[in-house]
Order: sequence, then C-alpha cells, then structure tokens
Amino acid sequence: MNLITILQAGVATGTVLFFATLGELFTERAGVLNLGVEGMMLLGAMSGFSIAVSTGDPWLGLLIAMLAGGVLSLFHAVVTITFRADQVVSGLSLTFLGTGLSLVLGEGLSDASIQALLPAFDIPVLSAIPVIGPIFFVDQSIMTYLAYLLIPLAWFYINRTRPGLHLRAVGEYPAAADALGVNVFRLRYLYVIVGGMLCGLAGASLSLAISPGWFSEKTTSGLGWIAIGLVIFAQWDPIRASLGSFLFGGLRRLILDLQGPQRLLFFANPFFYQPHLGFFLQMVPYAFTIVVLVIGSREALRKRLGTPAALGLPYIRGERGA
Amino acid sequence: MTTPDISAPRRGFRLPYTLRLEQRTKVSGWLPIVTSIGAVIVALIIGAIILWAAGGNPIRSYRHIVQAAFGNVGVFNDTLVKASPLIFTGLACAIAFRMRLWNIGAEGQLYLGAWGASAIVLLPILPETTPGWIMIPAMMLAGFTAGALWGLIPGYLKAKLNVNEIITTLMLNYIAVSWNNYWIFSHWSESGFQMSPTFSKNAWLPRLADFAKQVPFFSGLTLHLGIVFALAAVVIVWLILYRSRWGYEIRLIGDNPNAAKYAGIRIVRTTVLVMMLSGGLAGLAGMTEISGVVHRFQEQISADFGFTGIIIAWLAKLNPFAVVLVSILFGGLILAGREIQPAGIPLMLQGIILFSIISSEMLVRYRVTIRRQEA
Amino acid sequence: MADTTPAVEMKGITRAFPGVLANDNVDFDLQTGEIHALLGENGAGKSTLMNILTGLYRPDQGEIRVRGERVHFNSPKDAIRVGIGMVHQHFMLVPSHTVTENILLGLEHPRFFMRLPEFDKEIMGLEQRFGLKVDPRAKIWQLSVGEQQRVEILKMLYRGADILIMDEPTAVLAPVEIGDLVKTLRAMVGEGKSVVFISHKLHEVMEVADRVTVLRRGKVTAAGVPTADMTQAELARLMVGRTVLFSLDKKPQPPGDVVLEVEDIHADNNRQLPALRGVSLTVRAGEIVGLAAVAGNGQSELAEVITGLRASTQGRVLVDGEEVNNRSTRVAIEAGVAHIPEDRNHVGTSPNLSVTENLIMKSYRHPPVARGWALSYVAARDRAQTLKQEYDIMVPDVRMPVRLLSGGNVQRTILAREISEQPNLMIAVQPTRGLDVGAIEGVRRLLLEQRENGAAILLISEELEELISLSDRIYVLYEGEVMGEVLDGDIDAIGQMMTGTRQEDLTTREGS
Repeated sequence: MNLITILQAGVATGTVLFFATLGELFTERAGVLNLGVEGMMLLGAMSGFSIAVSTGDPWLGLLIAMLAGGVLSLFHAVVTITFRADQVVSGLSLTFLGTGLSLVLGEGLSDASIQALLPAFDIPVLSAIPVIGPIFFVDQSIMTYLAYLLIPLAWFYINRTRPGLHLRAVGEYPAAADALGVNVFRLRYLYVIVGGMLCGLAGASLSLAISPGWFSEKTTSGLGWIAIGLVIFAQWDPIRASLGSFLFGGLRRLILDLQGPQRLLFFANPFFYQPHLGFFLQMVPYAFTIVVLVIGSREALRKRLGTPAALGLPYIRGERGA
Repeated sequence: MTTPDISAPRRGFRLPYTLRLEQRTKVSGWLPIVTSIGAVIVALIIGAIILWAAGGNPIRSYRHIVQAAFGNVGVFNDTLVKASPLIFTGLACAIAFRMRLWNIGAEGQLYLGAWGASAIVLLPILPETTPGWIMIPAMMLAGFTAGALWGLIPGYLKAKLNVNEIITTLMLNYIAVSWNNYWIFSHWSESGFQMSPTFSKNAWLPRLADFAKQVPFFSGLTLHLGIVFALAAVVIVWLILYRSRWGYEIRLIGDNPNAAKYAGIRIVRTTVLVMMLSGGLAGLAGMTEISGVVHRFQEQISADFGFTGIIIAWLAKLNPFAVVLVSILFGGLILAGREIQPAGIPLMLQGIILFSIISSEMLVRYRVTIRRQEA
Repeated sequence: MADTTPAVEMKGITRAFPGVLANDNVDFDLQTGEIHALLGENGAGKSTLMNILTGLYRPDQGEIRVRGERVHFNSPKDAIRVGIGMVHQHFMLVPSHTVTENILLGLEHPRFFMRLPEFDKEIMGLEQRFGLKVDPRAKIWQLSVGEQQRVEILKMLYRGADILIMDEPTAVLAPVEIGDLVKTLRAMVGEGKSVVFISHKLHEVMEVADRVTVLRRGKVTAAGVPTADMTQAELARLMVGRTVLFSLDKKPQPPGDVVLEVEDIHADNNRQLPALRGVSLTVRAGEIVGLAAVAGNGQSELAEVITGLRASTQGRVLVDGEEVNNRSTRVAIEAGVAHIPEDRNHVGTSPNLSVTENLIMKSYRHPPVARGWALSYVAARDRAQTLKQEYDIMVPDVRMPVRLLSGGNVQRTILAREISEQPNLMIAVQPTRGLDVGAIEGVRRLLLEQRENGAAILLISEELEELISLSDRIYVLYEGEVMGEVLDGDIDAIGQMMTGTRQEDLTTREGS
C-alpha cells in the first residue's frame, strides 16, 4: 500500500466534495438552505454520463450535468423563495425527486461502458515537488485542477467584489439589501441555481472522471450529505471548504484501502485478519462528519461567526428584522 | 404589514404581471383538504408526463400500481403489512417535526430497533424457550430502547451544543447500517449467509393466518399484530400532542421557542425526550418488521420506510390520524414499486408529491392574486 | 428661495392593506431646504406614506412628483436614483459588515472589484462635511446606536440623496445625541437638502421642524402648517382627534414590604459583553417603580435576569426573599413574577397557537387547566372565555390563532394572562409601545389597578411622560449602572442621568 497513491486518490474524491460544498456554500451565503445536494449530484452524474455515452463527448456531458443540476435546483428556488415553503422540507423533497429521477432516467445505464472520459494529466514543474507534487499534481483529472483554480477565485469573489458584497448582504440581512435596491429575490434565485449547477458539476466529475460509470444511487453514496456538513465545518468560507473537502476525501480513501495489506507499519493489520471489523471502518467517515459538526458548532458559538443570519428564512417584503 | 409584493425581475425582461401574496385572515375548514388532494392529483399528472417522456406508458403504470396494491384481499393484506412500519416511522417524524426537529434518521433508528429486538433472541438475552407473552414485550422494549438511544445522540447534540440534527441523524443512518452488518456477518450469521437463523415461533408476532382454523377467511393472510400496535401508537401520540401538558409544551416550542422559554418550559430536556420518543417509535417499526414479517435478523429490513416516513408525516400535516391513511396509500405505492420498472418510479413520485404538497400550502396560507403591472 | 417647485409633491395617495386603509387620499408636499415634520400616532399611516415615497410600496391610487416631474417607483432603487433616501427607525444595516461595506451596498459604482481603503477615505471626507463621526472600518455590531444612525445617514448622503426621510430618529437617542443629530440636519438643510422628520413627539416637532403635516387614521388633518403658527395643544388635538386629558387616577398609598430586591447584579448581553455592571434596586408591594434609560443601556437585560430568561454573572435577585436568578424561568413564575415582555410577537405569544392556548401559557401546570399529566381543554376554554370578557379581547372565537389579532388585542391577551395569575411582582417592559391611544389608556389603568391590589411593579419604558405619570419612584440606568433614584419625577434630573451623569454630580438648578 502506497500512502501517496491513496492520498492522490483522496484528492480526487475531495474534488467532488469541493464542488458540491462550494455550491451549497454559495446557496447558503444567499440565505437559502438546500438539502437536495445528493439528489442534484445524482442527477448530474447520471445525465452527464448518459450524454457522454451517447454522444462520446464528455464536455457536452459536463455541460448537461450542470444544466440538470441547475434546473432541479430551480424547483427548490420557486418553492422556497416565491412560495416561501419550508426550506428543509423542500430540500428533502429535492433529494427524493433527484434520486428518483436519476434512477428512472438512468435505467439500464449501469451496463454502459464509456471510452470518452475527461482528461487527466500532470502539471509540469509542480509535479516535481516531493510529496506534494505526486499527491496534488500528478495524473489528476482536469476537474481537480479546476477546483484548485476555483478556491481563490471563490474567496475573492465573495469577499472582495461588488456582487460578492451583495451576496453576503442578501444572506445576512435581506431587508437591508432590499431597501438599497438589491433584488433579493433575483439574487437568491441566482445563487440557488449556481449551487445546483455546481452540484451537477460535482456529480459529473464523479461519473466522467473520478470514478467513471453509473452505479445508481451508490454513485454518490452519501457524498452530498457530507458536503452539507462540510459547509458548516467550513464556516461558509471557500478556503476552509477546500481544506475540509480534501481532508475528508483523503480520509475516505484511506479507510477504503486500509483492509488491503497484511501488515500496517509494524503490526498485523486487524482489518485484514478480521474483515468484519471493516464495518467499523465504514462508519468512520460518517462518525467523523458528526465530530466535525460538533467542533464546528462549538467554534461558531465561541467566535460568533459563520452562519448567514437569514439562513433558512424566507424573505417577505415589509417584514422587518429578517 | 403583511402585504408584500413579489416583484418580477426589474431589469432585463419584466413580466407584465406580478404575483401578489396576501396572508389569509380566515382559513375555511375544507380548503386544506381540497388543496392536499389537488396537490396529489397534480403530482400524479406531472409524474405521468415524466414517465411518458421517458418512453413509458403512465396509464398502464398507474393502473398497475392500483391493482398491485389494492386489487384484491391478498394484495390489500400485503399493503397493510407494508403500512404498519410506515405508520410508526410517520408518527416518529410527525412528533419530531411538530417541534421543528428535523429527524431524518428514522431509517437508522428503525435499523437499531430491529437490532435491539433481535438481540433479545440472538445474543441471547432471553432463553429460546421463553413464552411469547414475555418474549414479544421484551423485544418491543428492546426495539424501542435501541431506537430511542439512537435518537438520543442527535437530540443531545442538538439540545446542548446546537449541532444541526439533520446531518447527524442522516450520518447515523449510515452508521446504523454498518453496525447491523457487523452483527449479521460476524456473530449472528447462519452458516455464512447474510442473515440469522429463523427465530423460534415464540418470538413471532401473531398473524391472521395463524387463526385460519377458526376463521377460514384468514388463511394465507400475513397481516400481523404489529398493525394493532401501530394504531395504538397513533392514539397515544395523539393523546400526547393534543391532550397532555407535555404535548402542549412540544407544540409551543415548535411554534415559538422564545415564547416557550418565556413560559418556563425546559427546552433542552424536551428536545432530548422528543428525539428519543421519535427514535423509539421508529425502532418499533424495526421490531415489528423483524418479529412480524421476516422472523430473523437480516440485511434488508427496510424499503426506505424511514425516509418515506418523512413524506408521510408532511403529507398528513403532522396529524397522527392522517398518518394512518397516508401510510396505507404509500404502503401500496411501495408494494407496487417492486412490480413496476424502473424501480425509481415510487421514489420519484414521492418527491413530486411532496413538492406539490408544500407548494399547495401556499394556497392555504396566502391569497394569491395576479395583477397586471402598470406601465 | 427663487425656485418654488416643491422637492416632493404627493397627491391623493391611497394604499390599503387587508382590513386597513393605511393612506386615504393623502396630500403631502416638501419644499426645498426645509425640515418638514410628519406627525401622527402609531398606525396613523406615516410609515406607509413614506414607504410609498421611497418605492418600498406602490400606491393603489395617487401620483408623486419629484421636483415637478411625475415619477413611478418600482423599488427603493428608483427612489434613490432621484435623490430620495430614508433612514428607517429600525436600522437596515448588515451587522457583520463594515461601515464602508454597508454604505457601498446596492451601488453599481465599483463595477466588480472593491478597493475598500479608497472608499474608506472618501467616506471620511463626507463625515467631516456634515459632522458625522464614525470609523469606516468598524463592523456595525461594534457600534453604538447613535453611530449606527450616522451610518444610515451617510449611506443616503453617499448616494447623493437631497431628500432625506428620517423615521422617528430620536426614539433611540440620548438627549445629547439628539442635539448632534439636529445640528447635522440643520447643516444638510443649509446645503439645500430637504428633510422629512417623522415623529409622534410634539415638543420635538415644535423645536426641529419648519412645517408640519399631521395624519390621523390614514387621513391628513393638517397639511403643511408652519410650526410657528401652532401650539402643542392644537397639534395634539389634530393628531388624536379629541382632547386627551391625561388624568390618571393615581391614589397615594404607602408602599408595603419589599418584594423585589436586586443586589449588585452583573450580566452579559447577547454579544457576551457586560450589559449590567452591579445594579441594585428594590421594589415594594403596592408601588410602581420606573426604570428610565435610553434603549440599549441594560434595561432589557435586567428584565430578563429578573424573570429568569438570562443568566447573571454576579449578584442576586430576591423575590419575597427567595433567590430566583440563575435558576430557571419556571422558578421565577412559581415565585409569582409576571412578565409583560418587550417583544409581544416573538416572546410574549405563540402566533400559530390559539388565543386559548396562549392564555394558558402560565397556568397550564396547575389545576384546573392541568389534570395530572393531562390538560383539560374544557377548563382552558372556560378560562379563555372569562378572560376574553374581562379584558375585552376583541376576537370572534378564542380558537383563532393569535397571529390574526391586532397589536392592541395581542397586548390585552398578554396582560390578561399575566394579571390573572395574581402576581406578587410584575415586570412590564414597554407595555404601551405601538398601541393606539385607547389601548394605551387601558394598559395604564390596569397597571394602576395592580398597584392598588398590592402588587410590586417594575415599569421599564422609553416614554418619559408615561414613566413620570405612573411611577412612585424612578431609577435611571446608564450603561448597565444605576445613576440615581428620582422620587419627584424631576424630568431634568432624569434626562441628565440618562446621558451618564451620576446623581451626586448633578448640576443642581433652582426650582427643579
């Protein structure tokens, strides 16, 4: 077992998590909670894969995946922003709808094989750095490199630009933004859809690059929910979101590969000799998410930061204080 | 001031009409019911369009669903068998949602309930020869307790540390599946299969078929005592919510936690207890499935009963009695889902139904008018 | 002035809300370079009219002209574009953003990148011009209320507003700060800007405004009359519609035993900053003790500590000799503490529960409403019917949810619930805020009745006149400390102490 190979794969999984986390982060920064990440990712994975298989063009697949995620999230936007329905319930419905739709439309797709995947390559110079190079810059998918680019861009956009200022204001105090002529409804629609598109992108980078194929609901196996947890862990900050995603991706791969070798360092590997214990290993990522949440909420309490103040609340013009 | 405008986008294109929502000052009794039924019908139409677009025949699919679920006594029996765990999980979600606790971990709590009930027989806690009248209550107690403990974790984290219960309950679902698998494969496996040996008869819930000698009509009917327990739970939950002091506190916290605090209600304690009760009810769903249907511990014990409970609770508007009706409807849907292809149809229909239900709630709460925008 | 075209002209404005005609054929005009007061009681339609002028609402009928030109506003942005800006009573500032970020919000000017230091400098310049001092890099939540108001004004000035609407700007300010604000407003008018000054305080209107328009129940009762031609009494009649003689029937009575004893209480506010620094006071049976303070000086926190809603970090609160602080709300309730909370809709009632269920919030633990673990809805409904009659709660059916009740009826529901518990001690926080005149009278009479019945009452109010006319004694709180105690309702002494002068340092004036 090679630790570097595992971490390399972890970065790849982290890429998927990062896109989804970033999408949810934008949506929540605008004050809308969308729990439908898993559904949007599945629909993105399915539609991207389906298009790539039938046309042989993975880029077109990627585009369609983003569109699919965006369209699905539009349901959430209409129901929660215009109809002011409960965001939690709507998000859950979106999960059901997205999962069900991808199963219905993806019927028979799991047998399909695909040649045309998104390219993976090395980055010259950077790949030569010891340890860091092989983990982050060797044979990674183009999606991973795109993720690297998005980290600083997203941070800069949110904190140092005018649209970013408006985004933050809409999530913190929509009435104030509205009074100054910022169109709260339009911005919330926009960022719900942006979030949906990023989740679609996350799904497609899974099915078209990181672990190619369509394995019905096992394609994502709960990554979408972990992404929602990561947003809280990240305190709604893109840089922390990337750290969390890659950390988590690495952990997940590490656990998957821990059952392989007979020896771990100098000890007999208990997971090799008693494979049943592997079930406890499978619990680790989920338990870790809970631990991360506990730490995150304690920190948020202490520093009084993070959560957009208007998160989860519909905006109704003329009602003060929200 | 409760008359907001929902204005159309201002720059770029502008819709010639604006949608205006005004809060209704009076809600007539029939309106919620009519809109709910209307919402389900609309959802079925949307589902049909999707099925048709995907190349299926929606009318045949729907007819198939109805026949497979309610066509004759035999299948209706099967529908009711599916409905009993749904009543439990629907109640579990309803009571938690009433307090705005988003327990979406009924699935995991159901798994733990099944594990707890099985532990009585398989660990074993009670000897194999224990008479049924001791064995069954013991299994129920164990199932309820295991589910309640699984609800205690997110409840405590929510109440004490304000950790988002949606994520924790969901993560605990995954952990519960792994936990059960560990026991199935490592300790309770019957000669390497992914299931335990069949329980002895005293750990089975009585079924209608057991009385076929006395009532020939019951022959072959698998409906078990679990549905009676489920109906009893409905009455108990209703009594708690609408006739007890504790239920009043739950509803007050759910509607306005600040007012509850002001009224001297211990929110932390109630939060933990409600999550435990919710988990316990879901645990009973697992127990009745184990003891009433499969009669052994195995990997597949739930057709997403826990998740469907969320929809059932919402569709029933958190009313315990309505949970029964909706559960029977969804029991039929799940039953039919095994027959129709592709397998995702029921899940998709559930999503659409839920969406149209929450959209329809707007019609109940607001009066919607469409006005032409002046130039 | 040579140009006589009014800055703003509103004609025949009508706007209805469900059940209310908020503005009924209202005319209003604002001349360039004047301060024009808009006077009226709460709910008279002042805010609605100004929300129409700023584009937040659209009128059902009527026309608006700005500098002679007919305008149609679809959003506040449109109003800002023609130079109309409003400073709301509740500040519309994003607490986690800096002053500069708040001022830049909603502008199209930096198209994409924001170099904040440059804008900080620009804003400093604007501050100097109008005498508005505040650090542009500070986050809003770090600022005092007065400073936040300056940010709101800066926001409008930065947008080039020359028509500024101030919605009850003095309600949250200490007297010194009011002086600064008036200076700023005068400076703005001097530069040719125009100001609409919304208020319901007569003496302020007389001091600050050039002209006044009075609204009553959505209708104009005085249109643009110069304040020099009016007396306070005339304005009061136009505002209220009848001569309200504020004669409260307050009988002298000797106070009884000490009911509430607050000893050296310290507590933090929601931001974990100290809000109370060693407050001590007593309230006896059969007396009303007033607590005067400018908003945000710890009075809300004190009420919460006494009622068990907030933890104290030091000191004790005794009710009839029993320590109640840092235990629980329930302990306070059982000790006979009634609480009329500041926020009626978010604390005092549960909007979607019925009137009945709201009326039993404090009594459901005891018979007859409680029956063991169960709740007797028969007893609850009986109680609700009785209270509805006794306290004149206007509701067709006690099963109706409270959210459908008017503000006055919500307050009556709360009062009915709290008084019917026959409390030893009543903590009343802003009990008349936002109510119409009739309701205010009713609330005040109920408080006096309680006093006669021997209850101890701590009255916290921002209406000084109300405090002085109701209270037997008044404590003044400033930044979490008691500045002093006033026995004779000396309004001048109270005013000085509210701005931080200790009683021992008061400049004594003759004849006070």
